[in-house]
Amino acid sequence: MDTPLIIQTISLKKFYGAGETQVIALAGIDLEIHQGELVAVMGPSGSGKSTLLNILACLDQPSEGHYYLNGTDVSSLNRTELAFIRSSKLGMVFQSYNLLPRLTALENVMLPLFYRRENRLSPAQNRERAIAALDIVGLSGRTHHYPNQLSGGQQQRVAIARALINNPVLILADEPTGNLDSHASAEIMELFQQLHEQGRTILIVTHEHEVADQTERILTLRDGALVSDHSNGKSRKSERPSSQPAVEVPHELS
Amino acid sequence: MNFLEIFKESWRSLKANKLRSLLTTLGVIIGVAAVIVMIAISAGTEATIAESIYSLGSNLVFISSSFSRVGPNQGPQPQQGGLVYDDVAAIREKVKGVTGATVDQQASVTVRYNSTTLDGVTLIGTTPDYPTVRGLEVASGRYFNETELERAQKVAVLGKTIAQNLFGESDPIGQSIMVNKTRLTVIGVMAEKGLVGGTDFDQLIYTPIKVVFQKFTPSQFARFMGDRVRQITVSVDPKANLDDVVQQINLLLATRHGVTLDSPDFSIRTQADIVKAREETTQTFRNLLIWVASVSLIVGGIGIMNIMLVSVSERTREIGLRQALGATPWDIHLQFLTEALMLSLVGGVIGMLAGIGGSFLFGKLSEMRTVIVPSAIGLAFGSAALVGIFFGFLPARRAAMLDPIVALRHE
Repeated sequence: MDTPLIIQTISLKKFYGAGETQVIALAGIDLEIHQGELVAVMGPSGSGKSTLLNILACLDQPSEGHYYLNGTDVSSLNRTELAFIRSSKLGMVFQSYNLLPRLTALENVMLPLFYRRENRLSPAQNRERAIAALDIVGLSGRTHHYPNQLSGGQQQRVAIARALINNPVLILADEPTGNLDSHASAEIMELFQQLHEQGRTILIVTHEHEVADQTERILTLRDGALVSDHSNGKSRKSERPSSQPAVEVPHELS
Repeated sequence: MNFLEIFKESWRSLKANKLRSLLTTLGVIIGVAAVIVMIAISAGTEATIAESIYSLGSNLVFISSSFSRVGPNQGPQPQQGGLVYDDVAAIREKVKGVTGATVDQQASVTVRYNSTTLDGVTLIGTTPDYPTVRGLEVASGRYFNETELERAQKVAVLGKTIAQNLFGESDPIGQSIMVNKTRLTVIGVMAEKGLVGGTDFDQLIYTPIKVVFQKFTPSQFARFMGDRVRQITVSVDPKANLDDVVQQINLLLATRHGVTLDSPDFSIRTQADIVKAREETTQTFRNLLIWVASVSLIVGGIGIMNIMLVSVSERTREIGLRQALGATPWDIHLQFLTEALMLSLVGGVIGMLAGIGGSFLFGKLSEMRTVIVPSAIGLAFGSAALVGIFFGFLPARRAAMLDPIVALRHE
């Protein structure tokens, strides 16, 4: 492929414990994901998909092997350095949304800007940015609502806007539709499709085939190993922006 | 992430639990208020002591005979040597910077006028400059003069209360009173002075000291010993160097008494010495109060630590999320430390206001005087901040050390 590599892992291993009781969570994963891909990771519980996600999300470190994120080896960084990487390069979406209940939708979206270290913007610019991000997920009319005033699907959209706010090179979603009904799930997947079409790199961990089927590439894990990696046949748009994706209002929603 | 943002964020977290935050700060509020009130009370007490000592007259030096106790129940007796009446004149003449020197010799007497008899009245033999040195005023009539002193004329000036007790509304001047077996003529009444340094000046009868020597010295033996006095009070010119005057008196008296300065038969104290000695007696009490106040401040700190630990465990998931969104361990640490600091500072501010108000009220409502000491406010507020940082450290560290994976999974 001609597009740059976002994720590259080289015999990534993760062990828990030591000696006879040692558990091998990841048995050596070699994975390459390019910019603009929409990838699903599947596998039964205990297959190691959560461990893989934690390492890809820079929340955990591999026991062995290397993980290059956007060209940087992040496998042996300390906690603070990992936090910088999370802040500048990653966007996370969780199954249970993880919105702070005492903050409005807008404030929740702005939360990652709080921990940003480089290219800090003025409060007014931050607000503008957050409003633009909420606009992308179709919630520009809900900026001052609190999470408990929003439906599950809307909360997850706020969470996705939050993941977009720092303009990350990679969006990681952990069972993003796990708490949603089928209608809301479809909406969320449609949103991921749109982001994908804008050139975002997205990795979704899921156990739902309906979700995985809407991606272009499905990775299957079993017992800590990658057992299959097949293209979904569902072709993505051939035209992808070559520049870094930016938070801007897509024409479909404007 | 800048400090303003951290402060805003912390403030928001605390506001989310208003009642709990307020209750948590209660310990600090009480501690800070207690420190301020306690210091205000002890400062007030000290001011009262100092004032009462300085109201004896200004810039005084007190010279006392050194006493030795001779057997039980005999009271203090002058040693061989000690101060004599002629020392007063010598000090007046020879020491530079002295504006007056007076002496008093007291005797407990029974006073009778017509049918009124008063027992256990203090008769005080002095010199004519006694009112000047001690800052007393004559209300009516006059004080006795040098001639009356030298001739040991049997005159008396009455303290206000004594005059009222003996004469009621009628004019005592020119009347004769019986003091023990001696008849004294009343020539004046002193203005009201009140209780100063343990002596009620309104309950005294003033008379020339030579009268006391002649008529009221308790035993023939003592009379034989000469005109001994217990205490000489010297007033010093405010422009003169006090230490220098004290040194001059030391040398003069040592020479006159034929003693060395290593083992003098007298002792000299200034008002500052007395104030200091009195303050030392209140010191222990004050320290105890401040300790109690400090303990309540520490208890307040433990309260903050406790609630911060609860907060960390309640917000484990939030901490995990913040970490996932890019917060470093230090960011988390700083946020919780700031929250603890804010709790203690809010407590400090409220406690400060309560302490100032409390000191004021206490001074109004009770007999005790209070003086609000600005440095005490600073001290209490500073301690509150330190308590916040100290007791906030452990919870903040615990929060910062949370593993984001575990924290995010926390229910």
